[in-house]
Amino acid sequence: MLDTYSTLPCCPGVGYKPQHLAEILANPAPVGWLEIHAENYMGAGGRPLAQTRLLAERFPISVHGVGLSIGGEAALDPDHLARLKTLCDWLNPASFSEHLAWSTHDGAYLNDLLPLPYTNATLSRVCDHIDRVQEVLGRRMLLENPSTYIAFAETALAEVDFLAEIGRRTGCGMLLDVNNVYVSGINQNYDPLGYIESFPLHLVGEIHLGGHDEDRDDADARLLIDSHAKPVVDPVWALYAETIARTGAKPTLIEWDNDVPEWPVLAAEVQRADLILAGVK
Amino acid sequence: MTQSAFTAALLNPDAPAPDGITDPQGRPSPKRFNVYRNNVTTGLGTALEAAFPAVLKLVGLDFFRAAATTFLRAHPPRSRIMMLYGDQFPAFLQSFEPAASLGYLPDVARLEQAIRESYHAADATALPSEAIATLPEARLLTARLRFAPSLRLISSGWPIHAIWSATLHDGPKPQMQPQDVVVLRPGFDPAPHLLPPGGAVFLAALIRNETFVEALSKAPESLDLAAVLTILIQGQAIVGIDQ
Repeated sequence: MLDTYSTLPCCPGVGYKPQHLAEILANPAPVGWLEIHAENYMGAGGRPLAQTRLLAERFPISVHGVGLSIGGEAALDPDHLARLKTLCDWLNPASFSEHLAWSTHDGAYLNDLLPLPYTNATLSRVCDHIDRVQEVLGRRMLLENPSTYIAFAETALAEVDFLAEIGRRTGCGMLLDVNNVYVSGINQNYDPLGYIESFPLHLVGEIHLGGHDEDRDDADARLLIDSHAKPVVDPVWALYAETIARTGAKPTLIEWDNDVPEWPVLAAEVQRADLILAGVK
Repeated sequence: MTQSAFTAALLNPDAPAPDGITDPQGRPSPKRFNVYRNNVTTGLGTALEAAFPAVLKLVGLDFFRAAATTFLRAHPPRSRIMMLYGDQFPAFLQSFEPAASLGYLPDVARLEQAIRESYHAADATALPSEAIATLPEARLLTARLRFAPSLRLISSGWPIHAIWSATLHDGPKPQMQPQDVVVLRPGFDPAPHLLPPGGAVFLAALIRNETFVEALSKAPESLDLAAVLTILIQGQAIVGIDQ
């Protein structure tokens, strides 16, 4: 097993979208690496795989899974794990990451990152699943903190403690999504900066930044929804600056997955991350 | 809370949120649970809209969303690989009562699914066209052809090629006639080609690995063989010839 969980460079990266291919090849700076969603590259062939092959020659690649269902009640799907291994073996990515969430139940794939209560039982199960992933892939993974909208009556552990214990037991690193911290903080009534201060920051191998939407819940409280469809908001940029002031420079991804803008709009977000990163280098 | 209960409530808009799910003060909050419900419905619905652009344009956004939402609740994906989600959508449309008067719709959906499958199929290198053109007739007749994994064949009682072209590419108004289509992918971009009458029977036999002469015997004598071969060669569909 690799003794490190990420060899991504400590500079900005973007979630790769095929419509940006020409711009990325022509003038990528300051983009230093690319992230792809694993499941989009599990076809048998065609343009997606050919483009990824081309990009992997130019950039460090982060493979980001969205379908492993690490928080699922059932055992991990061995077929899906085998497909992930195939992808990681031929791409040899600089990092592999997945989510603290579940997405599959009884054979149905729900295409969303669904929440789990934080209990001793779910902690053991998630750790078993991460052990299995790391064993099959032969590498350490990063686990991403979720955006959440609901609370569970049965939750007994704080999310940061849950994640820290997973890191301690499994040796995995953390993908700290700063937008998710902000979204969950507002939705769950806790101070986002307090969360960052309690987070196992020594395990952070990558940071995510993205945009969210805003709604109201039944009690007219603010309800933020992680959408990856908008620019990063100022309070999230501020939280990011606070975060890397504590961790030092980290590989930082701009995520924009829905209503994907023209390249210059995305590039402006990348520039902003680069400026903040320059302040701690 | 079990994930079973959570899943059932996600896929049933009339069900209450599962027990034990609240806002941070411990109060019930259906709007919060609905974020997940909306994510699932919108995410899968958007995937279907992108997958079936001709069906979407033929029926309009409101009709499509009603059909897609009914479909996705009854048939959530069975695979985590979303690129081919919707393989059961054509069959669903066949039995979807509000679409009963649009008899051609399921076959147009079949064609669109075939194009998606072709796009993601394994790569293959076509034989150079000379390899086929210069083959002596006697050897051609006993040959079995191997095809690129990206080839798809669709037979329809409806003018699906014309409907697809008119809908997405401003093609001429479709005339009522059965049409057979072969989807071919030279390079990375699949395209549907209209086969001449009898071409699908002939090609289906070749795909079943029958010899050229056996396949010809299945087709009508009027088959425009040159036209079929031109489509296959130009579409870089033939990857091997076995004797």
